[in-house]
Amino acid sequence: MNEYRMLSTSGILGYGYAEESLKIGMSWQPHLIGCDGGSTDPGPYYLGAGKSFTSRLAVKRDLRLMLIAAVAARIPCIIGTSGGAGGEPHLQDTAALVREIAREEGLSFKMALIHSEQSKESLIERVNAGKSRPLGKMPPLDADRINRAERIVGMMGPEPFVKALDGGAQVILAGRSSDPAQWAGPAMRAGIPPAPAWYAGKMLECGAEPSVPKEPDNIFLRVYDDHLICEPPNPIRRSTPLAVANFALHENSSPIHHTEPGGLLDTSDCVFEAVNDRAVKVSGMTWTPAKEYTIKLEGVERAGYRAITICGTRDPVLIGQIDSYLATHREKVGLKAASFGVPPEDYTMIVRTYGKDGVMAGWEPVKQITSHELGFVVEVVAKTQDIANAVIAMARTSMLHADFPGRLCKEGNMAFPFSPSDIELGPMFRFSIFHVVAPKDPFEMFPIEYETV
Amino acid sequence: MPRIRDIAQICKSKNAGPFMVTIDVLFEDHERYRKVKATGVLNAALFARLYGVAEEDVLFTPYDTAAAFKATLPRLVPAGDIGDTDVYGAQQHAPLLDVEVPLND
Repeated sequence: MNEYRMLSTSGILGYGYAEESLKIGMSWQPHLIGCDGGSTDPGPYYLGAGKSFTSRLAVKRDLRLMLIAAVAARIPCIIGTSGGAGGEPHLQDTAALVREIAREEGLSFKMALIHSEQSKESLIERVNAGKSRPLGKMPPLDADRINRAERIVGMMGPEPFVKALDGGAQVILAGRSSDPAQWAGPAMRAGIPPAPAWYAGKMLECGAEPSVPKEPDNIFLRVYDDHLICEPPNPIRRSTPLAVANFALHENSSPIHHTEPGGLLDTSDCVFEAVNDRAVKVSGMTWTPAKEYTIKLEGVERAGYRAITICGTRDPVLIGQIDSYLATHREKVGLKAASFGVPPEDYTMIVRTYGKDGVMAGWEPVKQITSHELGFVVEVVAKTQDIANAVIAMARTSMLHADFPGRLCKEGNMAFPFSPSDIELGPMFRFSIFHVVAPKDPFEMFPIEYETV
Repeated sequence: MPRIRDIAQICKSKNAGPFMVTIDVLFEDHERYRKVKATGVLNAALFARLYGVAEEDVLFTPYDTAAAFKATLPRLVPAGDIGDTDVYGAQQHAPLLDVEVPLND
């Protein structure tokens, strides 16, 4: 029976894991170790700004232990969606970190960088050739939308990983990749059929999530022709059928149909069985190849510049009339901003009220405020940072000093926890491209570069 | 009458991509799951009502293997866009906790 063993160190590179887990996991002789480096979950900012949502120090720690282990065991180490978002700056930052670690530790290996940032020209060509379609409720892709974007990545499938392994790379850093692809590719290359290979990838991409207690840590998978076995190396964790079931629902719109580049993973007939008290067997998954090979694009555009201020009130008279107070506040800020030359169309102001509907906004079913204090995050998004800063300063003063009926707290309505109280958040981005394109083959959008480190 | 918070082991929400939020309810005991499923209380119409979205926009899937129900619906505001309150979509499950399920056990 063909058995392929893979060790994933964490859900996200830089979220941390126990060093002891890696030691135990390595003693189980994996064919491959790796970690997913990113996600769209932290929002559009990171792709737009070219920055990671993880810290360099934490990523370096996680990566150092992995590189040392992989080189010692002579197995590949693969990082998917490098640098959090997989754009070119994210990939280059991660590569620089790998070179730095190799220097410090005296490690040497062949490294592959798989690029995923897409040029606007190439995408416009694809769109003009009728090779794109929108996902969800997005409008169709056009040249305008592409040109407005700050950065666009394509989400690679498993094939470029296979190609990089064939090319002799021991360390592979990928740009944006479908989360399971970095695992599914090598498993299929080793002869595992697509269904268990993809399912294994889905489990590995989140580290120890399919176990309890659920915290960022290692997970180990043994994959076979028609099933897989999931077990966490850390002795304090256990994989249980409930933990695996919980994980099967994770971050997907459907628990049974998972669309991937090149096909559909169907988990309708899966069975989760406890192998012992800390390992679970999953079987019954199926894979249907797609008629057309498609690649998902993710792109963001600049929506403006943001500044915020944080404050709270403990005044019961004010809390009792908060809606009308905030309406008055909005009006005052509007008048004052207009007086220094900023018309309403140049900015958007939002006051988030914690203790009322700060978490659920329009979905909040509870209308009655019962809290003795309310917290506010006042936010301004404007055409320029200067305008955002000017309007937030006025909004802060008005929150503090605006009058209201029955006011006793004549020196100020709000407690501000910080000086400075206004926080400049810089450019703000929004997801603007969520489309698929049909490439000629799974490789052409993802060039591979090799180097000897 | 027991509420979801009294009988489920897991009730959670999370992004399913930047434009959708997905809400899951899981039961450790498959027998209890089958009874809850038989009541028909959890369905697309319930989620449409709780979250004020059109029923045809709710993708509702009971998943017997996991003893779980999943509902995926469009977000009011895309993750991280102006006015979004929950970038990860991790705190949108609460309205479900108080849904009553007519079980006799």
